[in-house]
Amino acid sequence: MKIEIQNLNVYYGEKQVIQDLSLQIPRNEILSIIGPANSGVTTLLRSLNRLVDLTPGCRVEGSILLDGESIFDEEVSVTELRRKVGMVFEIPAPLPMSIFDNIAYGPRLKGTKNRQKLMDVAEESLRLAALWDETKDRLKMPAFKLSGGQQQRLCIARVLALRPEVIMLDRSCSGLDPISTAKIEDSLVQLKKQFTVVLAPHNVQQAGRVSDRVAFMLMGKLIEDGKNSEVFSSPKDQRTNDYITGRFG
Amino acid sequence: MRMKPQTSEKIAKTLIWTAALSVLVVLVAILVYILLKGLPHISWSFLTEIPRSMGREGGIASTIVGTLLVSFVAIIIAVPFGIGTAFYLAEYTRETMVTRFIRFSAESLAAIPSIVYGLFGLSFFVISLHIGLSILAGGLTLAFMILPTIIRTSEEAILAVPQSYRETSFSLGGTKWQTIRKSVLPSAIQGIANGIILSLGRCVAETAAVFLTAGMTLHMATSILAPTRTMAVHFYLLAMEGISMDNAYGTAALLIILVFIINVGANAFVNKAMAKGK
Repeated sequence: MKIEIQNLNVYYGEKQVIQDLSLQIPRNEILSIIGPANSGVTTLLRSLNRLVDLTPGCRVEGSILLDGESIFDEEVSVTELRRKVGMVFEIPAPLPMSIFDNIAYGPRLKGTKNRQKLMDVAEESLRLAALWDETKDRLKMPAFKLSGGQQQRLCIARVLALRPEVIMLDRSCSGLDPISTAKIEDSLVQLKKQFTVVLAPHNVQQAGRVSDRVAFMLMGKLIEDGKNSEVFSSPKDQRTNDYITGRFG
Repeated sequence: MRMKPQTSEKIAKTLIWTAALSVLVVLVAILVYILLKGLPHISWSFLTEIPRSMGREGGIASTIVGTLLVSFVAIIIAVPFGIGTAFYLAEYTRETMVTRFIRFSAESLAAIPSIVYGLFGLSFFVISLHIGLSILAGGLTLAFMILPTIIRTSEEAILAVPQSYRETSFSLGGTKWQTIRKSVLPSAIQGIANGIILSLGRCVAETAAVFLTAGMTLHMATSILAPTRTMAVHFYLLAMEGISMDNAYGTAALLIILVFIINVGANAFVNKAMAKGK
């Protein structure tokens, strides 16, 4: 198992957004976490790289193990953790700098200064994110000038540049056109050979298309999880069935 | 009776245009008047000679130097403290009693008339600290005066940086300081620079706070512990004492040009620095 979540509870102030959640995430697979809005999916992802630390009044109980070691340990460097567990947000968030500088941002924070090395990383990451052909001649262009789909693939490349172990995508295709979405999904299937992918798909169909496993969350609770084929063909819980057949959500 | 939407639209448009146009007319009128009155008296000797017989004759060289030095000292002191406080308020604390108190203090400081700063500078820096009437005392006093502006404008510029820049930087393994330096500061620098330029303009134009702390001597300053007279103070005295209206207008025109040069120069500098960062 790459990640083991045990009895996780997350609170924002008085409000509990994740309730007693336990989930195992195997390595080199794509896990889709599905659920209607406000189910706690985003909070769960943000717990895995401890971005929740930044939210005032947020409290986390329970344990999350990455390769068997707790991410909440005193000795764990949170910046190191976030390099290992990369995240792509719902809205493409290029920084106001060139395409190249966006990708070099993470490696530079880590202390990589060698231009050639950064260039190699940029090319490799852009290729993995299926963006190299479209941008190789204009790496110095401001990232804002890319289209929405390209920006989101740039954000994926930017995460890949850190050579992470886990990549999380939080509804990262929700605002994209079908072609961009297809490109991203293709690269995800490629990426799982090297990485563990945790995906919060923007709809159930995407989960069906790309994932190996699927987990269904509702109101902060994990309802069920399992192999894609099993959950989609014979869900154990009536609520899962209702959700994936489109009766609510 | 209700007005037709088309009619109210027309009236509103006319009123708004009139307001904007009147402001423009007044502004241009003042500028043109002072420049017309002042420019004929500006010559090379006016710029390079020290005032003679209280400013009736000679140039204003020592007051130009005095203005630049006092403003420079004020900016050098106020900018690091101002920007530091702004980052503290915007990035390093949550809204607490302490931050509210700091912000309230800064806003109160901004509302104090400059003559009060002058009086404070005179009794504290000049007399209690034995600095004496000097460029340093004047610069320190002005630094206190412009601090609230710098804090306010910098904090607003920092808060205007999209939260997504911060989250992105953190999620890529950035520390707080790396995030501020590489993501927040480059986006906020334009707004911060605008605040500094605004403050510099106030320093250059200030009279009350300066003549009480930097003095009014017409001698060329030899060190920052020496007293000096700034251009604004100079033409205030020339006009008030009826010494020379011509030279007062000449100084005023030059002050306008100086402020203009500072604005344009600083903007060009910031734009260049920004272009480099990209």
